[in-house]
Amino acid sequence: MPSISRDEVAHLARLARLAVTDDELDLFAGQLDVILQSVSAVGDIATADIPPTSHAVPLTNVFREDVVRPSLGQAKTLAGAPAAEDGRFRVPRILGEEA
Amino acid sequence: MSLIRSTAAELAAKIHGGEVSAVEVAQAHLDRISSVDKGINAFLHVDTEGALAAAKQVDDDVAAGRPVASPLAGVPLALKDVLVAEGMPTTCGSKILEGWHSPYDATVTRRLREAGVVILGKTNMDEFAMGSSTENSAYGPTHNPWDLDRIPGGSGGGSSAALAAFEAPLAIGTDTGGSIRQPGAVTGTVGVKPTYGSVSRYGLVAFSSSLDQAGPCARTVLDAALLHEVIAGYDDRDSTSINAPVPPVVAAAREGASGDLSGVRVGVVTQFSGEGYQPGVLASFEAAVEQLRQLGAEVVQVSCPSFDYALPAYYLIAPSEASSNLARFDAMRYGLRVGDDGSHGAEEVMSLTREAGFGAEVKRRIMIGTYALSSGYYDAYYGSAQKVRTLISRDFDAAFATVDVLVSPTTPTTAFKIGERSGDPMAMYKADLCTIPSNLAGNAAMNVPSGLSADDGLPVGLQIMAPPLQDHRMYRVAAAYEVARDAAQGGPLIQRVPQLEGI
Repeated sequence: MPSISRDEVAHLARLARLAVTDDELDLFAGQLDVILQSVSAVGDIATADIPPTSHAVPLTNVFREDVVRPSLGQAKTLAGAPAAEDGRFRVPRILGEEA
Repeated sequence: MSLIRSTAAELAAKIHGGEVSAVEVAQAHLDRISSVDKGINAFLHVDTEGALAAAKQVDDDVAAGRPVASPLAGVPLALKDVLVAEGMPTTCGSKILEGWHSPYDATVTRRLREAGVVILGKTNMDEFAMGSSTENSAYGPTHNPWDLDRIPGGSGGGSSAALAAFEAPLAIGTDTGGSIRQPGAVTGTVGVKPTYGSVSRYGLVAFSSSLDQAGPCARTVLDAALLHEVIAGYDDRDSTSINAPVPPVVAAAREGASGDLSGVRVGVVTQFSGEGYQPGVLASFEAAVEQLRQLGAEVVQVSCPSFDYALPAYYLIAPSEASSNLARFDAMRYGLRVGDDGSHGAEEVMSLTREAGFGAEVKRRIMIGTYALSSGYYDAYYGSAQKVRTLISRDFDAAFATVDVLVSPTTPTTAFKIGERSGDPMAMYKADLCTIPSNLAGNAAMNVPSGLSADDGLPVGLQIMAPPLQDHRMYRVAAAYEVARDAAQGGPLIQRVPQLEGI
């Protein structure tokens, strides 16, 4: 049976960009362990000869006519932005985060 | 019958016949919301102005003698807050989208507007549709009109409660693992998950893209069918939309109402009973099956052994897709942004925002999904879950080779108390035990109320499942059953909801 440590949960939180608190780590580590043990039951019947299903209704190569449609426009697109400046999305700096 | 207690079909007939105006109907429901919703919390937003304007448009058509836009023109509806609509906020029950307005309409929203359906507002839900009780909403739980201390189901508890509280005769839900059907079961209302791909997902904020499906919610089978035909149909903006005619669900509901099920073969799924099932739920289910037999249906037992693995497969597939879908909430283009004070870089702002904006269940599922998709674990978890999905589809195929529809209880228990399962995720997940297989296989499934449980006097639901694109089969069976149930129980179940005035 798999089990998941508090450190592994902290790693997952970092990968998922969640700045979780220490209290949350304690709570989630226990809960994720129970959930993952329970869902690992899928391994009991998933033998090598069974093909995977990724989608309920398999469709491939779905195309539509390449017709120009009006887009939302700048004002509407930026209306929901947390911060905008000079008609663009304003974002925090992205460099200097090597740490 | 008062306006708010009428069915959608009755309201439409009165409005189109000029007997009552759509504005009066809308106003009656807005008044009802004002008087009872404080105690129910079904609505996150009420669009009084928009609703009255849409209603006036229908009245203008009727007055001018123009044909009405659809059989449901002028009928009010409650829209689950996971479908975007211009002019109204969309929150998905999350703080991360508090106050956000979509710049466009979902296809479902557009179809409703074009059909002259009057959208009253947006309904409460578990955050990003993750939950079975609506307790995971960042805006407080919704209360079940049958017992205000109990949950209305989830994730679409706002929609189901709005119907049961007579705040709206129609509602839209979305069903990823049972979020239309289980709320229907615990509130004594009808809820349908159409075949995957038959209702467009364009503008439905994604939780688990290969499972999410919007569908109709109502107080009668015919009303659900009428709404089904308004919202379903091919859409080239959804690459998983099925390009095929909408199954004739309204005709099937009318045919079923004649009360004859001769020649229909009904399979009882043997896996969905026994331990964990409330005795009152099983008794109500057995009585419903007996009623189907009396209507002329041939009832057989059907074993679907891989259904026992549907719950674990679902709780790998849905969180995996969610962890990817919810990556879009990055604090850059829309929604909440936290910590943007010049001292934090983009990644830190992203992490601080997601920490502040997401609730516990969403964080849990994002982390489970991240784990299940990570290299080294992918084959054991996500890969195996996809294989189980194949086995479940095979069980359905084998069953539908011998029966027309399958039946089971919709959920193992009646509505539980608010708070009872909120600290125990696995206990909460078990509410979706019977509904999940149809999401994984993509076939049609619905809830129709089967009466009140002898244990506790709360509503119980019968689940009817049909093969993909055979949605009409289950509507026929449900409509026949509904007539027989009302005759046997002395009138529509929904009229027995406790009075809510003055709460």
